[in-house]
Amino acid sequence: MALDAITLSHFRNHRETRLDGARQFNLLVGENGAGKTNVLEAISLFAPGRGLRRAALAEIAGAAGPGGFSVGASLAGQPDEEALRLGTYTKAAQPGRRLVQVNGTPASAVGLGEWLAISWLTPAMDRLFADSAGARRRFMDRMALALDPAHARHAARYENALRERNRLLSDDRPPEAAWLDGIEAQMAQHGALLAQGRARTVAAVGQEIAVLPEQPFARPVLVYAAGGPAGQDAFAAALKSGRGRDRAARRSLVGPHRDELEVTMAGKNVPAASCSTGEQKAMLIAITLAHAQLAARGRPGLLLLDEVAAHLDPFRRASLFERLRSGRAQVWLTGTELGPFAEIRAEAAVWQVSGGQVERV
Amino acid sequence: MASQEIETLASALARLPGLGPRSARRVVLWLVKRRETALLQLLAALEQVRDRLVECRICGNVDTQNPCGICADPRRDQTSVCVVEDVADLWALDRAKLYTGRYHVLGGKLSAMDGVRPEDLNIGSLLERVASGGIDEVVLAMNATLEGQTTAHYLAERLEEYPLRITQLAHGLPVGGELDYLDEGTLAQALRARRPVG
Ligand SMILES: [Zn+2]
Repeated sequence: MALDAITLSHFRNHRETRLDGARQFNLLVGENGAGKTNVLEAISLFAPGRGLRRAALAEIAGAAGPGGFSVGASLAGQPDEEALRLGTYTKAAQPGRRLVQVNGTPASAVGLGEWLAISWLTPAMDRLFADSAGARRRFMDRMALALDPAHARHAARYENALRERNRLLSDDRPPEAAWLDGIEAQMAQHGALLAQGRARTVAAVGQEIAVLPEQPFARPVLVYAAGGPAGQDAFAAALKSGRGRDRAARRSLVGPHRDELEVTMAGKNVPAASCSTGEQKAMLIAITLAHAQLAARGRPGLLLLDEVAAHLDPFRRASLFERLRSGRAQVWLTGTELGPFAEIRAEAAVWQVSGGQVERV
Repeated sequence: MASQEIETLASALARLPGLGPRSARRVVLWLVKRRETALLQLLAALEQVRDRLVECRICGNVDTQNPCGICADPRRDQTSVCVVEDVADLWALDRAKLYTGRYHVLGGKLSAMDGVRPEDLNIGSLLERVASGGIDEVVLAMNATLEGQTTAHYLAERLEEYPLRITQLAHGLPVGGELDYLDEGTLAQALRARRPVG
């Protein structure tokens, strides 16, 4: 099954946009600000979470519209297979609440992960290796969530419990032990699952990357560095024994909120953050492709590549297309001109995007 | 421009859970059209509530008698107490008609972020009930939220010193799910499959 058509209604600068007849390669071509990335963002909302811009829902609805937006997708399979229709939208009265429909029936946003596996790479992610550890933890979580929808629940629960504990620890009154026990029990339970999910994901992506050649893309080596002891019981014990120290620091000093994703360049043994911009981009591409390959097992995969092709030299670009062609995921690419896509032009579905309108070329 | 009386009533109704300014105006209009029937019945019902409803001194339930109908019912199992966060949870569980013991309403849940501490909840009265004897089982029927589960853990620890069977609802419930929103079948299942804590 693969994405066949997508509709955008009052979605940023798209008033009513319909893209029909998607193929394995889909190109959105147009000037900056034309609305290409908006189409990718709309597609990314068929994954649980906030989409590829991490935007607040309320700011997505078009200013000239009724105050809500909607995105629809239809997936077609074999001739005897029933088409699947997905929809996600907000209403003017509750612009911050995302509603989801599957085949016309209300469904949960978290459940979207069962239907589609979506990965993306955007220019905003170029700084990932030099960015804060928090950005890399979010990156790990997004990858983990695409492989296991339950990951989001553990992340949210852990985050909540951590806030409760930090608040209790920074209180002037000494916190009641039984209360801390209750909070820490949940931190340990969900924190251990959160950490395991991250470790599993990083290992799986690493394995997928390890079989790739070292050229032409710089090959990254991924290491998950745990911020706390592995396993629920060990983590619970560490929290309990660390209460005095954490109270002095007024925050929790161990746990998956201190996790780190360490990336180095294979062969060179240099931290990714110290590599050239081009090498960093190449490593990001390698991670994204490997993850997309993993995620697309058992459900249709979508790979959204925003402004990726234009910045590669022709040799790397050809290699990227080759890899995408043999991959499992349907690919959506954006660019300001068609030139860099010459190699896939014939097999691709191409749309010219301008002023929030699209035209099939 | 609506009259002052209508504005006052509408803004009072708009503060009710689940209503908003628009629904409140619709309700006011609906009532005004039925001044002699529905409005009178509503007035009478509100007065009854104001004059007769009290908080049960044993369990914290809201009823017209004190102790409440549940606490006063001799057919209810006196040896089992089901602890809930709010009266709404008590009502939801009692609608499921599976639990035959009595209740204890905490009046909230522990939350460091919201500044709700153990002494802000009806925990002392629960410990007194248990300490005075005759109770064999305490069912912790907290919501599946983080705060609900923290509260359940806290209570289990405070109740540890008593010779009790402490059980917890089987939360095959959706996490974050609040009892009040669950259908009776799901609640009954959670009660039937309750499991020992710890
Ligand atoms: Zn009572």
